[in-house]
Amino acid sequence: MTTTTPRVASRWSRFRGSYLLYSFKRDLIAQLSLVVFIALVAVAVLAPWLAPMNPYDLAQIDIMASELPPFWVEGSDPTYLMGTDAQGRDLLSTILYGARVSLIIGFGAVALQALLGVSFGLLAGYLGGRVDAFLMRLADIQLSFSTLMVAIVVGALVKAIFGGATFSAYAVPLLVLIIGLAEWPQYARTVRASVLAERHKEYVDAARVMGFTSRRIMFRHILPNTLSPIFVISTVQVANAIISEAALSFLGLGMPETQPSLGSLIKSGFDYLQSGSWWITLIPGLVLVVLVLVINLLGDWLRDVLNPRLYKG
Amino acid sequence: MALLDVNHLDVRFALRRGDVQALRDVSFSLERGERLGIVGESGAGKSVAAFSLLNLIAKPGYIAGGSIHFDGRDLTRMSDRALRHVRGHRMSMIFQDPMMTLNPVLSIGDQMVECLKAHRRISTREARAIALRKLEQVQIPSPAARLDQYPHELSGGMRQRVIIAIALLLDPDIIIADEPTTALDVTIQAEIMALLLELCEKHNVGLILITHDLGVVSQVTQRMLVMYAGRVIEQGPTREIINAPQHPYTQGLINALPQMATPGSRLNQIPGSMPSLDNLPSGCAFHPRCGFVERADGTTRRACIDEVPGFVTSGNCRVACHMVAEMLDRERIPAEEIR
Amino acid sequence: MSSTAPAQAPGQAPEAASPLLEIRGLEKHFSLSGDFLEQLKFRKGRIVREQKHVHAINGVDLDIQRGEALCVVGESGCGKSTVARTVMGLLHPSAGEIRYDGQRIDDLSHKALMPYRRRMQMIFQNPYASLNPRMTIQQTLEEPIRLHHPDWSPQRVKQQVAEVMASVGIAADWGARYGHEFSGGQRQRIAIARALAVDPEFIVADEPISALDVSIQAQVLNLLMEAQQQRNLTYLFITHDLAVVEHFGTRVAVMYLGRVCEVAPTATLFARPRHPYTQALMSAIPRLEDDRPQHIRLEGEVPTPVNLPSGCVFHGRCPHADERCRREIPALIATADGGQVACHAVEEGRID
Repeated sequence: MTTTTPRVASRWSRFRGSYLLYSFKRDLIAQLSLVVFIALVAVAVLAPWLAPMNPYDLAQIDIMASELPPFWVEGSDPTYLMGTDAQGRDLLSTILYGARVSLIIGFGAVALQALLGVSFGLLAGYLGGRVDAFLMRLADIQLSFSTLMVAIVVGALVKAIFGGATFSAYAVPLLVLIIGLAEWPQYARTVRASVLAERHKEYVDAARVMGFTSRRIMFRHILPNTLSPIFVISTVQVANAIISEAALSFLGLGMPETQPSLGSLIKSGFDYLQSGSWWITLIPGLVLVVLVLVINLLGDWLRDVLNPRLYKG
Repeated sequence: MALLDVNHLDVRFALRRGDVQALRDVSFSLERGERLGIVGESGAGKSVAAFSLLNLIAKPGYIAGGSIHFDGRDLTRMSDRALRHVRGHRMSMIFQDPMMTLNPVLSIGDQMVECLKAHRRISTREARAIALRKLEQVQIPSPAARLDQYPHELSGGMRQRVIIAIALLLDPDIIIADEPTTALDVTIQAEIMALLLELCEKHNVGLILITHDLGVVSQVTQRMLVMYAGRVIEQGPTREIINAPQHPYTQGLINALPQMATPGSRLNQIPGSMPSLDNLPSGCAFHPRCGFVERADGTTRRACIDEVPGFVTSGNCRVACHMVAEMLDRERIPAEEIR
Repeated sequence: MSSTAPAQAPGQAPEAASPLLEIRGLEKHFSLSGDFLEQLKFRKGRIVREQKHVHAINGVDLDIQRGEALCVVGESGCGKSTVARTVMGLLHPSAGEIRYDGQRIDDLSHKALMPYRRRMQMIFQNPYASLNPRMTIQQTLEEPIRLHHPDWSPQRVKQQVAEVMASVGIAADWGARYGHEFSGGQRQRIAIARALAVDPEFIVADEPISALDVSIQAQVLNLLMEAQQQRNLTYLFITHDLAVVEHFGTRVAVMYLGRVCEVAPTATLFARPRHPYTQALMSAIPRLEDDRPQHIRLEGEVPTPVNLPSGCVFHGRCPHADERCRREIPALIATADGGQVACHAVEEGRID
């Protein structure tokens, strides 16, 4: 990002002496959460190589092997470790692929939110006046609806306009767009608040006296100093986006069943809960809960560490 | 025995990198009605000294050793209940920021009444009468109206007057004032200091004035301590120290003032800056900045680098400096005799 | 006049005696009333628009000669920092004009102002806030040079940084470190280095030593004086500390409630303060040789700059105020010993 060549050694040594690492070493929950999170991300990313089957490949699906229970339940087939779903897909493989879809949508939506929210927040906070009033009233209006409701309305509209088939084909980018648009105000507000705090510090005045343009002051001077809160809310927002996607999918506005996310897997299994095939819903549900939980725990830890009132220096 | 007797006080802060010693071996005493100044730059430990006198050090700080005898009783061994009685009643404190003492949601009158009723069995009516009298003493314009005002309605100077009135409320023996006028303008500062001095003299109240301003100390106090990096390095009658400082740091501090140099010429600066308490130099903490580590003949005083200096008596003053000890050729005062 | 210095920089005004900076009739008001909707009030059955203003400065005239250090003193709220920030273009004046080297600069566009940005620099009060915490010292010092000399090679930029670091007594290996690793005095050195990096001729210093310890104040003041001698700088020095003024200033302007009440050469002002406020201010400095406070007692406190008093702004606290002082605003008049004072009593000869 910066112009000077990075001094790798000194950065590393600075990190090793930092408070961030110090508190991480003392926080067992943070360590466990990070391990679980990395493990989940790794298996999701490596799904095509790890998964015993490719759930997107219709040729590999054996409809006769549908609704088989996981290995510890009687009547299971050892080929399907976690059992199979109603269409006969290997549940373990489907979960791995589903987690991948969920994570892609989660991170993608947060990237979009951050792009919008950080830009609007910076503009509103630094320029103030009418720009600020307009952007923040917009955010207020949007926040007065539940974000999920906004997503449902936008999702339903998009689905109605493009039709089910097109929607299914572009489901991932469209969901990123929907969730990204629904949740940018959180970012914008946080960024604006910290920009307002930074804007009156003397280093900003010093930059103005030097004659730098507003754009350079915003991005080069103020933005790097608002990164800690951005970092903290990003973790929470990733968890929220994954949940939002799951909720949308559960309502039938999310990923199609042919490329299931964790949410649409839960939904597809929901119909079979009554017939005794509980694992189709419960196992992906458990994965979703664990994934969201570890992200939130990491976020909590980060917030405590980066809280400027607790940590000075 | 003096009214207040501090002996070999050690205060530490338990931090994650280990203990940091904020005060080392601080000893001084205060007679009834005497005014003492504690001078030092930021980080010298003067505010810690003030807080520890009332045993008000907040965690992670704690008193690690030494004693504070007030009126014959050791404050470091007192129960919380007895301490509360001493605070407020016998010793009160004035802070730099009046808002630390004033509760923003209570009127001035209510705060004063509450304070009085906590310590004395009197009616609200009597308490208000006392409060009004104290506000008159601190020369606040229209004192009766102030009782029903809130702290934010008053100017900075007026708030500090209210604080002084509250400090005087229970007729204490000692007032500890920690940089009471630093946040105020010069003209207001002069008035507040004059008021404080006048009240202390009139009611025979002792004053411990903590400040970085040597001018204020010379105007208000009779004796002074100079602190550097958690230790007292020089103490004695204010006039003598100001006119003829002996410790090289005190000399440097006074000579660095703009009024000590001809206008436009170079100021006599002390090189370097105060060391941080968790990384003190060996021997005398001032030796890396001191011009007297080398003798006039070019040889080095090893003691400055190796050994923490003890106090020697010089005139009416006590100085902790190897150079002064060598020049006077005096033995250091045995630790148990330092009061 | 002791303050004239030989003109040296290229592109300067033809007469060497013309002031470097002229401030004329400068006013700055801040609105207290918020935006349009918040200003609407319901009064006597009608909706009216009400606006309240803080009158931070009300008609300030000052000249700064080349090579001098003009100190502006006054208590908090007197508008001295607002003058500094308005001169540097951080605030837009409500009225009046500022001329630099004969050219009006308060209404220039960002682009047209750029050449002046290089010639005028500023040092701030709080060394803990004036350095960007996310930039190394090297980056902090290189940035302004790159901006103002886009054609310089990286080697030349580095060389300039090294020179300016050496001139303020910063070790070369500080460059890779961040601001928070240094003490207040060291940070203020870095801030001074940043201001000097683009070779300015005029520096506005807004309380540059107020946040520092006594022994460090002396170091920084010495540094500022050395820089003035070596680089022939002109200073506008804002402070509340009269002892520093006496040592540092060529001339002194005393401000009270947004107005200049006295301007004089430093020695003259300290030998014979004319304005009653200046006298009170000087008597209030705690001096080492005093055994007791010996100040002139003023009545009351500084009024708020929201509702300014009529006439002379000082009349409510002045022991010499009469009917005319309450009615009529005094103008700055020249005194016999080279200063200017805004006081009816001095003008009429009522006080010395």
